Formats: sequence, structure tokens, C-alpha cells
Amino acid sequence: MSQGFLSSYAPILLHLVLAAALAAGLILVSWLVGERKANPSKHTPYECGMPPVGDAREPFAVKFYLVAMLFILFDVEAIFFIPWAVIYRDLKMAGFLEMFLYIVILLAGYVYLWKKGALDWSP
Amino acid sequence: MTLLLETLKPYLLPLIRVLVVFLGISLIVAYLVYAERKILAHLQVRLGPMRVGPHGLLQPIADGLKLLLKEDIMPAGADKGVFLLAPVISVIAAFTAFSLIPFAPNFYITDVNVGLLFLIGISSLGILGIILGGWASNSHYPLLGALRSTAQLVSYEVALGFALVSALLLAGTLSMVAIVEAQQRQGVWFVFLQPVAFFILFVAAIAETNRNPFDLPEAESELVAGFHTEYSGFRFSLYFLAEYAAMILVSSIAVTLFLGGWLRPFARVRALDFLDFTPVAVLVLAAAWCFRECFRYPATREWRWQRLLLLGLGVGALGISAGLLLPARFLPGGGEGLPAFPALTAIQGVFWFMSKVFLFLFGFIWFRGTFPRYRFDQLMSLGWHFMIPVAIANVIFCSLAIVLSRQMGWGLPATLWLGTAATLLVAALLRREKA
Repeated sequence: MSQGFLSSYAPILLHLVLAAALAAGLILVSWLVGERKANPSKHTPYECGMPPVGDAREPFAVKFYLVAMLFILFDVEAIFFIPWAVIYRDLKMAGFLEMFLYIVILLAGYVYLWKKGALDWSP
Repeated sequence: MTLLLETLKPYLLPLIRVLVVFLGISLIVAYLVYAERKILAHLQVRLGPMRVGPHGLLQPIADGLKLLLKEDIMPAGADKGVFLLAPVISVIAAFTAFSLIPFAPNFYITDVNVGLLFLIGISSLGILGIILGGWASNSHYPLLGALRSTAQLVSYEVALGFALVSALLLAGTLSMVAIVEAQQRQGVWFVFLQPVAFFILFVAAIAETNRNPFDLPEAESELVAGFHTEYSGFRFSLYFLAEYAAMILVSSIAVTLFLGGWLRPFARVRALDFLDFTPVAVLVLAAAWCFRECFRYPATREWRWQRLLLLGLGVGALGISAGLLLPARFLPGGGEGLPAFPALTAIQGVFWFMSKVFLFLFGFIWFRGTFPRYRFDQLMSLGWHFMIPVAIANVIFCSLAIVLSRQMGWGLPATLWLGTAATLLVAALLRREKA
């Protein structure tokens, strides 16, 4: 049993290795046959032809961080739904009510976020 | 030696399948770029690529060679290891996921019992390639592009997840093959039971692949080329490959979950069985087009290769269609126990699956040709203020509909449509709230 179980995953690994080999191989080939002429201004970061202003390692809008946090909350929530959905037909009304309670709690948090303006991106 | 062969035997068939899928996807990606250029051109009343080969048919090969010969530039301040690795991660994520797509009942690489979950996980890894690439470039435009891209991808991933849950409620399994079989058993594609979930999945799929009208991360007028501004040569084209492979992937997921995968339209209507011959008809039409174009090209020396190529393509298409129509009784042994046209039956699944995928891809390209781009705050607002609540409402109402149809003995489709109507009501209220 355990061998059959694992062997159904083996082709995925094979595919992964092949994809990695393709990507690495293509880069290698292009490195071998490609043009190479070093030039200091060619290696400056692109800023529409102007000399680059400062470094890109600088603070950026905190909004992005907020979205990342919200994403983790909501995506974990969505993942929790998946096993529930798979066996939903056997759960009958009780399954629906329990999940409904769960959704209501989450929606309360969602409405709070909305009213607080955490989802608002307009300047 | 024989022992070695015996041990390798169980791995040989999967290996062949992996290779076929791999080469097939690479080929489709290459010609998808060509198709996109052609279709966009015709939408704008241009001709598109016409020079390399007849009607530009060899353009993808020329482009690939050109990119191979280009210089691979790395900006001075870049984080070298990450810069090198990021496009590879994108490609791996996009390509590996295909090992779980059931192209046909007789042709898929593997089928695991957590298939869909695995797919979601693996395709999410593509985000990693984008954000790492943008950050490692150490340049302003790529950094901003990567940030935007990540914010957009994660926002729409939530809506996508809930749309998938809606389909799972009907399928009751995560195995991709079993999901299609559930649609076969229930005799209806899930798109007709869950139109709202399908719509959300479709819009989220466009956003997930950074396509128009959601191609903010690569908005040329604002961010040059977004996260891959600093990438050149073949590393740039790896991102390109990954993006197009991801387009095919999301189309395949949507087709498997909502459009009946490998099933023929009206698979249960015996009167429409003549539809099984569609592959032959398509091939014959393609051959006819090749022959017509062959005679339309000037019969001079400089066009000789182009005409020969067209002629070869036409003859090849005719040959394949003849092979498809090879009756079983001409086979050695009289074709005992085989269907009347074994080859035709064998490719049915793949043909219908890929036809539906191409329909999707055409939609992607069509949208790019017609829709103006969203502004970033509009995009985020659409995702968080509209798509996610509608997707959650859809899950609530459809699960309620399923349980009600169980308890009350109502018909499932009618009850689900009631649920869909309730979801649409919520959607209308949300739109009014915003206006």
C-alpha cells in the first residue's frame, strides 16, 4: 500500500526535475553561445536612461504588508473549507450550520476590516 | 541486463508520459505566443508575423534562437544567487503542476488523492519567483512591480480558493480524475450548476496570470516591464515561458473543474455521436487551408521553401486524419475487442480537453485586445470588496442549496440555481454599496 501511495507521487518529482533541468540547461546554453561584452553603464539598474537615484533597498508602503497579513488569514480560511467541502455530502444539516457559524465569525472580522478602511487603496 | 529492464519497466511508461506532456506544453507555449501575436494583429486589422515561414509559422523558433544568442545582463547591485534562481523557480512551479492535470481518461501523468490541493500549492510557488526576481534586481521599477504583483496575486488567490471550494462541494473529491468522473456521473458540467463560481475562477485566473485587464505588474506606461525589467536574454524568456505555461495551467484547472475535462459536449446524447469525428474534420480543414495558401503564394524560386512547407503540413494533416480513420478490422488480428476506429477513440479525450483549453486561451488573448487596464486601487478594490465577498456568499448559498435539496428532496440543479440567484442578489447589493 505505502509503496503504491508513494509511487503515485514519483512522476511529479520526475516532472519537477525535468522542469529544473530545462530551465538550467537553457540558461547554460544561452551563457555558452550568447554575446558577452562587459560595459559599466550596461550594468547599472535601469531608470529610463537617467543615472540611477539611490538604492532600491528602501522602505515601501506599509499597505503591502497589511495585504500579506490579510491574505494569510483568508487563505488559511479557504484551505479550511476544502476538507469540509470534500465530505460535505455526508455531514447533512449539522455540517452546514457549523460551517455557517465559522463563516459568520470570519465575516464579522471582514466587515470590521472594511469599515476600518484596511481594504481601501484609493489615495 | 534483463533484471535492470524488469526493474525499470514500471517507470518507463510514466517517463514517456512525462516527456510527452513536457514537450507538448513547451510546443504549445511557443505557438501560444505566435497565436497571441496573430490574433492581436487581426483584432487590430494588421497581419502580424508574416516573414519567417508561411504566415510566420516559424516565428517562435526564430524568436527562441534570437533570445538564446542575446547577452545575459546582470545589474551591478543585484543579489546574484537569487537573481539567477528566481526565473527558474517560476518555470518549475508552472511546469510541475501539469503532472496532475488529467488530459484524458487514458492519458495523465499521475492522479493523487489530494490533487487539487497539491495544484494550488505548487502554482502558488510561482509568486515566489516573481517577488524574488523583483527584489533581487535591486532596482526601483522591478521592486515596485514585484510588490504590486504579489499584492495582486495573493488578493485574487483568496477568491480563487473559494471558487474552487464551490466546485468541490459538488464533486466531493480532490482527485482531478475523480472530479471529471463526478461530472460524467452527474451528467452535467459544473459550470451549469455553479456559474458564479466559474465566473470568479475565470476573473481570478486572469489576475493570477497577470494578464490584461489586470496586467498592472507589467504596466509599461508606469513600471517599464514590472518585475522583469532587469532581466534579459534567456532568463527573461524563462519568465515568459512561465507566464504562458501558467495561462495554460489555469485554463486546464478551470476546464477540469467546471467544463467537464475530457468529456465531449453532450457526451450522453447518442444522436450527437457524430461529434466524435470532429478531430478529423478539423485536420481536413487545416489541410485544405494549407493547400489553398500553397497555391496563393507566388510560384517563384524565393517562395519555394514556404510553399513546400505548406504542402508538407497539408499532407501531414491529411495523413494523420487518415490514420485516425483506420478501422479496427484492418489491424493485425482483426482488432478484437477494439472500438470501430481505435485511433480516433484514443485521442477523443485529449482532443476535447485541449479544445476547451484553447477556447480559454483565446478568451485571454481577446481580453488583452479589448479591455483597458485597471488602476491599481480599482484592482485591489475589485478583489477585496467584490470578488471575495461574492465568492464567500456563493459558498454559503450553494452549500445551503445542496443540504436543502438533500433534506427536502428538491431537484439539485433547481435548488442550486436558487442559491446562485441569492448570490447574484448579494453581488448587486455590493455594487450598489460601492456606487
